[in-house]
Order: sequence, then C-alpha cells, then structure tokens
Amino acid sequence: MQLDFSAMGIDVAAVTPIMVLGVLGMAVLVLGLFVGKDQGGLLAGFCLGGLAVAAATIVPLLGSHRSAFAGMMAVDNFYLFFATISIAVTALAVLLSATYLDRTGLAHPEYYGLLVFGAVGMLVLVSASQLVVLLLGIELLSLSLYVLAGFAHTRLASEEAALKYFLLGSFSAGLLIYGIALIYGATGTLDYAGIAKAIKAQQGLDPMLLIGMGLVLVGFAFKLSFVPFHMWVPDVYEGSPTPVTAYMAVGTKAAVFAALVRLLSTAFPGLQAEWGPVLAVLAALTVIVGNVAAVRQTNIKRLLGYSSISHAGYVLMAVVAGGGIGNDAALFYLVAYTVMNFGAFAVIVAVSEGREERLELSDYAGLAKRNPWLAAAMAIFMLSLSGAPFTAGFLGKLYVFSAAIQGGLLWLALIGVATSLVAFYYYLKVVVVMYMAEPRGERATFGPTFSMAAVVVVALFFTLQLGILPGLFVNLSQLPVAQGLGL
Amino acid sequence: MSGSAFPFLSVLIILPVLGSLVVPFMSRNRAGQIKGWALLVSLVTLAVAGAMLSAFRSGTADMQFVEQAPWFPGLGISYHLGVDGISLLLVVLTALLTPVALGASWREMESRPKEYAVFLLLLEAGMIGAFVALDLVLFFLFWEAMLIPMYLIIGICGGDRRIYAAFKFFLYTAVGSLLMLLAIIGLAVLYKGQAGQYSFDLVQLQTVRVPAQLGMWMFLAFALAFAIKVPVFPFHAWLPDAYTQAPTAMLVLATMMVKVGAYGFLRFGLTLFPQQMVSVAPVFMVLAVVGVVYAGLVAIVQKDIVRLVAYSSVGHMAFIVLGIFSFTAQGISGATLQMLNHSISTGGLFVLVAMLSERTKTTTISGLGGLASRWPVLGALFTLVMFSSAGLPGLNGFVGEFLILLGAFQVQPVAAVIAGTGVVLAAIYLLWMFQRTLHGADCGAGQGMGDLSRREVLTLVPLVALILWIGLFPTSLLGRMESSVAGVVSQVERVSPASFRAQVTEIPQLFQLDR
Repeated sequence: MQLDFSAMGIDVAAVTPIMVLGVLGMAVLVLGLFVGKDQGGLLAGFCLGGLAVAAATIVPLLGSHRSAFAGMMAVDNFYLFFATISIAVTALAVLLSATYLDRTGLAHPEYYGLLVFGAVGMLVLVSASQLVVLLLGIELLSLSLYVLAGFAHTRLASEEAALKYFLLGSFSAGLLIYGIALIYGATGTLDYAGIAKAIKAQQGLDPMLLIGMGLVLVGFAFKLSFVPFHMWVPDVYEGSPTPVTAYMAVGTKAAVFAALVRLLSTAFPGLQAEWGPVLAVLAALTVIVGNVAAVRQTNIKRLLGYSSISHAGYVLMAVVAGGGIGNDAALFYLVAYTVMNFGAFAVIVAVSEGREERLELSDYAGLAKRNPWLAAAMAIFMLSLSGAPFTAGFLGKLYVFSAAIQGGLLWLALIGVATSLVAFYYYLKVVVVMYMAEPRGERATFGPTFSMAAVVVVALFFTLQLGILPGLFVNLSQLPVAQGLGL
Repeated sequence: MSGSAFPFLSVLIILPVLGSLVVPFMSRNRAGQIKGWALLVSLVTLAVAGAMLSAFRSGTADMQFVEQAPWFPGLGISYHLGVDGISLLLVVLTALLTPVALGASWREMESRPKEYAVFLLLLEAGMIGAFVALDLVLFFLFWEAMLIPMYLIIGICGGDRRIYAAFKFFLYTAVGSLLMLLAIIGLAVLYKGQAGQYSFDLVQLQTVRVPAQLGMWMFLAFALAFAIKVPVFPFHAWLPDAYTQAPTAMLVLATMMVKVGAYGFLRFGLTLFPQQMVSVAPVFMVLAVVGVVYAGLVAIVQKDIVRLVAYSSVGHMAFIVLGIFSFTAQGISGATLQMLNHSISTGGLFVLVAMLSERTKTTTISGLGGLASRWPVLGALFTLVMFSSAGLPGLNGFVGEFLILLGAFQVQPVAAVIAGTGVVLAAIYLLWMFQRTLHGADCGAGQGMGDLSRREVLTLVPLVALILWIGLFPTSLLGRMESSVAGVVSQVERVSPASFRAQVTEIPQLFQLDR
C-alpha cells in the first residue's frame, strides 16, 4: 500500500526546523547519560550547534506562503520570523545557562533538553493555524517551562514558582480548551480560515461563539500576563532560575503573541468590533498595573516581572490598534523587548554570586564601582526598557504610540505615555542605585563568565543597533512578515 | 543648500560621542589624561564649528549644510539636519562653552574624571543635535538625549540633595516631552491621511492642514514641553533645585540646554503652528512679564549666590520668551541674541561662583565679604560679567534686552514697560549681592587661597571677549541671523499680517556703533 502524503497535506519541508529541534532535544537527553556532570559545556555546545542547524533549515523556506497538513500549519514569513526569534532566544538561554548551572550546582543534562523542547513548542505555536495545533504548541511549551521553573529544586521559592505556574497554567489551559470546544460547536470547524468563513456567513452574533472566543482570549491573557490575569508573574519570575526567567519572559511572550496575532487576524477579523474594545481595556489595565506595581519592588526580578507585564500591555496596544502599522509595531516592539529584557536578565545572572543569587536592589548599590562594564550594560538595558532615546525601546514605543493614534486610540496612547513616565521612575531607580548609592560593605566581585558576557554583549549590540541605526541589517519595518495574514 | 561638501553637522554631533566612547577605556587613576582628552575633543569640535561658521553664507533664510538620509523608512523618519542663521550661533556657542565648562570644572573633575568627561561630551552632542535636527523624531531623540547626561551629572556629581533634584528635573522635563511626542505622532498621522505616507520631516509637515481645535491641543503639547524647558513661569520649579545641586561649573552648559526650549518655540512652534502661536501670544507675554518681575523679586531675597543666579536665569529666559512672542523682527532678533548672551553672562557668573566657592567652600552670601580686595582679578572679572548680566550699555546684555523691549513695545507697550522694571530689579539683586560678597568687611573664608590661576583666567577669556565683542559690534552677529529672522517673521505674517510691524532692515542700522 502506498501512502499518499500529498492528500494528507503532509509537507515535510515545512516542519524541518521543528523536526530538527525535536531530534536535537532527544539527542541531548540521550547524550546527557554519557556526559559527566562537569562537562556541561559540551552539552551546551552541542545544543548551540543543533540550534544553528535548525536556524539554517529556515532559510530555504523564506518567502514561501502556503499551508501544510491540511491547513493545520501555516508556512509563511510570519512563522519563519518568529521561529528565528524563538531559536535565537533559546540559543541565548543555553549560552546564559551554561556557567550559571555550574555555579549554582544545578547542572543536569535534562535542562538543555527541556529548553529545546520549549523551542519546539514555540515553533509549533507560531505556525499554528488550527486551534488544536495551537493548544499543542502552548502545552508543549508550558510543560517544559513548568519543569524548568522548578529546576532549582534546592530552593523553596523555585518549587513554589513551579507549582504556582503549573496550577494557573493548567487552569488557563482548561479555559482555552473549553473555549476551543465552544468555537467548534458554533462554527463546526477548528481551522482558522474556516472559522473566519463561518463567522462571515453568520447572521447576527452567536453567543456561543462569543463565549468561546472570550475563553480562548482569557487563556491567552494568562499566558501573556495581561491584567487581571497576571498574578502569577512576580512569584514565578522571582522563584525560577534566572536564565529560565529570561527564557520565559522573552521567548514565551514573543511566541504566544505571534500566535495571538495570527489567531485574531485570520480567524476573528470579523469580530474585531467585539474583541477590539475588550483587548484595548486589557491593554490599558496592563500598562497601568504593571508599571505602577513595579515602582514598589525592591527585588530586581520582581521589578522586571512587573515591567514585563507592562511591556506585554504595550505590545497588546499595537495589536489592538491593528492595521499594517499595528502589526509592524507589535513585531518591532517584541524584537526590541526580546533583546533588552534578555540583556537585563543576563546581567542579573552575571551579578549573582555562586549559589547565592543577588536579587535585591541594594545588592546593586555601587555596582558601577565594582564592575563598571556590567553596570553600564545594565544602565543601557534599563534606559532602553524605559524608552530612552537611541535605544531599541524608544523606537518600539514610538512605533506603538503611532499605531495607537493611527488606529484612533488616542486615549490608549495617552495612558501609554503617562505610564511610560512611571516606568522611567523605576528603571532609573536601578540606575540611581548602581551609580549614585554607595556599596554596602565590601563584596568580592564575581565577574561574568565568558558565555554570560557574550550574551550581554549580543543583547547590548542589538539594543543599541535597533535604536541608533535601525536600518542596518534588516529593516524590520519593511519585512514582508505580515503578508498572508490578510492585513 | 550648500552642496554636499563637508558634513559639518554630523561631524559636530559624532565627534563628542566618539570622544566620550574612548573615555571608559582610559585609566581612572590618570585624571589628567582623561581631562586632557576631553578638552582635546571639545577643542577639535570647536574648530569644526568655527570652520562651519566661516563657511556659512549670510543673506539667505535657507537651511545650510543640509544632510538628509532615510533613517527608519517604515515610519518615514529621516536623518535630516541643517542650520540657519538662528541655530548657527547657538551651535557654535555650544561648541565654545563645552571647553569652557571643562576648564571651569578642572579641579572638580579630579574625583570623578570619567563621569564628568563622558556626560559633558554627550551633553554637547545632544544639544548640538537638538539645534540642527530638522526631523521631529530626530529632534525629540536629541531633546531627550540631553536629559540623560544632565540627569546623571546632577545625580552622580551633585550636592547633598542631588538625587531629589535629579528626579525632580527629570520628571518635570519628561512630562512635557512625552506629550510633545504624542503631538509629533499626531502630525505624522495627519500627514499620512493627506499625503499617503508617514513623515516626521519638518519641511513636509509644514504642509499639513491641521483642524483648528486639534491644532491648538497639539500646539499646547509642544508649548508645554518648551515652556518647562525654558522654563516659563510657573513651570520653573525644577530649575533652582537642579541648579543648586548640580556641580556649579557644569551650569554653564545647562544654561545652553534651556535654550533648546526657546529655540523650539522659534523653530517648531512658529513653523508648524504659526496661527496658534499668534493666538496664545498674549498669554505667553503675560507669563513672560510675570516671570521677569517674579524672578527679579525672588532673586533679591536669596541667601545663596547659586540660587540667586538661578533665579536671575529664570528672569533672563522670560525676557527671551517675551521677545519671541512679540513676533517682531526686533523682538525675535533680540531674543536670539539674548539666547547667546544669557549663556555667556549667566554661564560666566556660574563659572565665577564655582571658582569663588572652590576657595571659600561656601556660596552663602552672608558668609562672604571683602573678596575683591583679596582677589582683585576675580573681583574685576566678576564685576564685568555681572554688569553684562545686568544689561549695562556697551556690554552684550544691553543689546539683546534693548531689542526685545523695542519689539515688545510695538505690540504691547504695557508689557514692555513692566518688563523694563525687570532690568532694574536685576541691577538691584546683582549689585546688592556684589556689594555683600566682594566688598565690605573681609569674611575670612578662604583665607590664604590665591587669586585666579592662569588656567582659570584662560577659561574666562572667551566669555569676556564675547561680552565685549557683542556689546560693541552686535551687527556682526545680527547680520548673520537677519535673513533667518525675516523668514521666521514672514511665517507669522502669512497667518496674521497685522503682527508684522517692523521692517527687518532696520535692525542692523539700530546698532551702527561699529561704523
């Protein structure tokens, strides 16, 4: 008997990056059995090689515009763009973890495997054009993260983080599944294109469809930490091992946002009048609560946790504003957020000493004297996060506010501006502490290792490049990324 | 346009930035080397600025040394620079004041040479950028970029309450500028609606038709940002705190930074919102007059020289605002000239106060006295700079204030008369301070310290030279700005012919002292 691949829509080429990553993840697990605990560097190197291969398999797909597996997955530039980001973030996380794990005594080979499986989840997520595949991607990513969050099993906080994340994560997954079921009930299909068609054909609004969509959006809101679904963020970010926090804060956010944009623009464009205002209010709440709550934080990871909530709000503003510029803005902001936030977390990792992490703001007092380079890098990341000129963060905010005003959401832009001001306050607080406060007692300087420094340098480079010469490599604003999303 | 010869403006911005990038690699323990390097960079920048000054052609209102390239095409942001007669002298003066600030801070820099050098050079780059940017986003970038080094200078190198002052300074200025950012975006969005694509280019945005009411809101957003920066009364609360806490010698550059606000009214306010500028002019004239009198009265009762000079600075800036909002050629020429004068004389006062307090360790007026007889050179220079600040005829301050009052008188005689009392108040507070600190019984503070060193005198020479030069030969500067001022006034004339009251050609003839 011959299998007819084409009838099933099986398109191996489309999923090569995903397959490479999957194989890589399993290979790491197996290899981990033969590698000694003190040879973590070997595994990390192997991971990086595999990730490079995965990234290389993206290249031949560029510019394609098709759907694979009977409409379950979309193969377009949007997918490839976010796949690249996901792989890059994973690579950075591997690099950042390598020496961190040795320092903190957490070196277990499974760690790398989980990071790579998380990347598989991200790639599935960003290509999903069918609700079940979407769920699959989210769960694949989340399962890896649940374990990674609790990886620092010697610390109670890490266990607590894992448990909290798991409970709330599975709760939101439940809502998501229920929403998917209702949407299926209302439209008779799980396929994004099919759902859009069904909505168009409907007369009036089907409450079942609306509730279904609402539940799916709540599921997303949990994952993306929109207020009021953000409660888990500070604890989880604080408790997780710092490289995992970085991976979670940056990678997850980019991938899930990509999935959200695809869902809204291909499945629910017909319901924009319904989801638009709701998400606009969520965006406003998210930037307000995220920024205001960050002001009181004295723990740097919690501070960045709240700040990441607020950044999700800014991206959501762009998504709500919609249109070509809205999606471009969301894209640019996500890239900017990725580099600057990852950089900040990398500095936190580098500042940690041995098994002890240095997470209180007061630990940063006088960092400028102890390690001027690290302090300067952190200052630039903080300034960029706050949207200061000539950094990636400024152009990101400019882009988002432009999108909001273009979309007729002046009130949202005003809230965005007002909250940016609050943001200035707490990001500058970190700079103030580093430069203007005297260090408390003498501390041995524990400089960054080579791999940590590499991550900081890469993040720093792109933070400044995007801010000073945004057109240098790829002109993010002119990539045909959104093509095929019907924008 | 003067062809695509030498990219003066980019070089002027990039030189200090590159110079500052080298500093972190130098050894902290060799302060002399770091200071020497910063001075060298600032002097090379000054040389470039001087070359640009001589290459500048007077007699045209066009932008010169224009550079234009796409920067972020997705949003239509371009790298668009240019200078005209108004911004030219501001740029050159900025380049001149940076080495002066370095010279004045020479000893203060010993403790933190790297920070001083880096922030100072970045501040210079930011200010020059703001004066020459012709793209609104670019302008905004430089505008904000000036803030950060200034904030850090105050916060790191400042006095006891430095962190409070730094935050206050930052928050005040940030509030205004973020609303301006929204207005800038609003203009670009309107432009897209009318021309089909985004643009932040000043020249292109001039053509946008803005609905009247929306235009007023947008203008107010711009005006708030500029007014806080200037600062126009009642937005001045950040200034005395920031100035007292900042390292005093640095203030010579801070006096230049507030000029960006006044310059913003001229360049962006009048170009983009001439109609709105005209309709709010009465309000601003009143605020300016109130500012002049208020600052004068408050300055009289100050117990600290730095605070006194800070309030006198508020008064001077109010004069400039008065000149701008008269929309007469005299008023605007006077305001532009006064922008230079203020930095020269108030900046000079700050430098002198810094030198004085280096010796006496205090700036409290009651703790000082009889210093002129002990340090005659310091006393003599202090006298000259103080008279320049008070607007004594024959020195630079007089020319600017006279033109401003002349301009304002044609439009609002009452305003001009009341503002005129500000000149008297200035004489009162300056002379009284002068009498109490430099004359009278010897206070004993700083006994045994010498008079001004050669380095300190050298620092003050350019300022003194300018005070005399502008006072005696004002036409040499007025001539360069004449055409651009006429251009600005004609923008107002387009929307409100009645406000165009004076012939531009009259101005140089008013000051034929050099013939």
